[in-house]
Amino acid sequence: MSEPPLVSVAGLAVARGGLAVLEGIDFVVSRGAALILRGPNGIGKTTLLRTLAGLQPPLAGTLSALPEAVAYAAHADGLKATLSVTENLRFWAAVYGTGSIDPALNAMNLSALRDRPAHSLSAGQKRRLGLARLLVTGRPVWVLDEPTVSLDAASVALFATAVRAHLAGGGAALIATHIDLGLHEARVLDLTPFRARPPEAGGIRGSFDEAFA
Amino acid sequence: MIALLARDLALAVRAGGGFGLGLAFFLIVVTLVPFGVGPEGGVLARIAPGILWLGALLACLLSLDRIFALDYEDGSLDLLATAPIPLEGVVTIKAAAHWITTGLPLVAAAPVFGILLHLEGAGFFWLTASLALGTPALSVLGTFGAALTVGLKRGGLLLSLLVLPLYVPTLIFGAELVRRGVAGMETTTPLLMLAGITAATVALVPFASAAAIRVNLR
Repeated sequence: MSEPPLVSVAGLAVARGGLAVLEGIDFVVSRGAALILRGPNGIGKTTLLRTLAGLQPPLAGTLSALPEAVAYAAHADGLKATLSVTENLRFWAAVYGTGSIDPALNAMNLSALRDRPAHSLSAGQKRRLGLARLLVTGRPVWVLDEPTVSLDAASVALFATAVRAHLAGGGAALIATHIDLGLHEARVLDLTPFRARPPEAGGIRGSFDEAFA
Repeated sequence: MIALLARDLALAVRAGGGFGLGLAFFLIVVTLVPFGVGPEGGVLARIAPGILWLGALLACLLSLDRIFALDYEDGSLDLLATAPIPLEGVVTIKAAAHWITTGLPLVAAAPVFGILLHLEGAGFFWLTASLALGTPALSVLGTFGAALTVGLKRGGLLLSLLVLPLYVPTLIFGAELVRRGVAGMETTTPLLMLAGITAATVALVPFASAAAIRVNLR
């Protein structure tokens, strides 16, 4: 018998600002698999990823990803400008109780910048540091929200290599992105068909409507 | 959790961290009061306990909105909420870091500032004791206010309005303790009340703060 998937979602509906944005989402992500989420701006990719990360409850449906298994990377990198690259990364390694930060620095090509304060990094270098944080979390499911913003082509390739290594190590990844990452083995899920119907058309009413109706 | 405390303290003492802001504000209040009420020693000595406690309270209030706002803006609060540390632990550590950077310097500097206000001999011990007992409650309650207002732009006004009523019991019993100490009266009641308020807030309020953050991050 095969082991259960890392993430499985059935009939999931998510809400942003109290209004349902996506409904009826079903997917399964097993070990070693990546799922790329696509869809136009405002469709609810970020909302879906935040729900998977456990930052907000789903409106309906079931979600079997343990929040303890998920490493979440948002639009913002969560870097402290006055701390150096290694201090930023060491902090997260300590929080997640993992060991050395050197593999993460090497994987994201940050070794030469290790003692620079984060405020003197370029936007792409900051992004690389934010992604290096994922490598020190040691968590199996990566939930990534537009991870390649401000990365150049070489860094995108570097990132794709890191994701492949993570998948090869038994991890999984859910990535919301607009560009081609070069991860041809990844499944692509277009979210457009899951756009929530308005309540008048039989869609789910969000909590906002319930409170203020 | 120790890593989080170490990070917050490192951030506080580096450029733009705001360490010493509360202390400087406290010094300004205490030096300006004699100009306002006149230099007569008797008057100053009578109002000193109240002024010193009020100054400490306002100094505490000054840095509250930074507790979560900076982490919220740069996205670390989202990441901390998904990290293995329970959110209750995060808010407790945040309150502890706020107390170490704001409350503790006030406790240490209060005797010196007491001189500026003609505080009488016995008062120095009771002032330090009351601030040491009372200021942790100010930091914990302030963290709760900061958690409630974390997503708001310019939430400082709302934060002050929310938190000031919660500060009143600590202010009353803190200043009362110093007053009774100076007058040589029995001090057990305000001492126990002050300690009780602090113990109860430290034990219970972090749960409310964590719940407020969870709601605000949705």
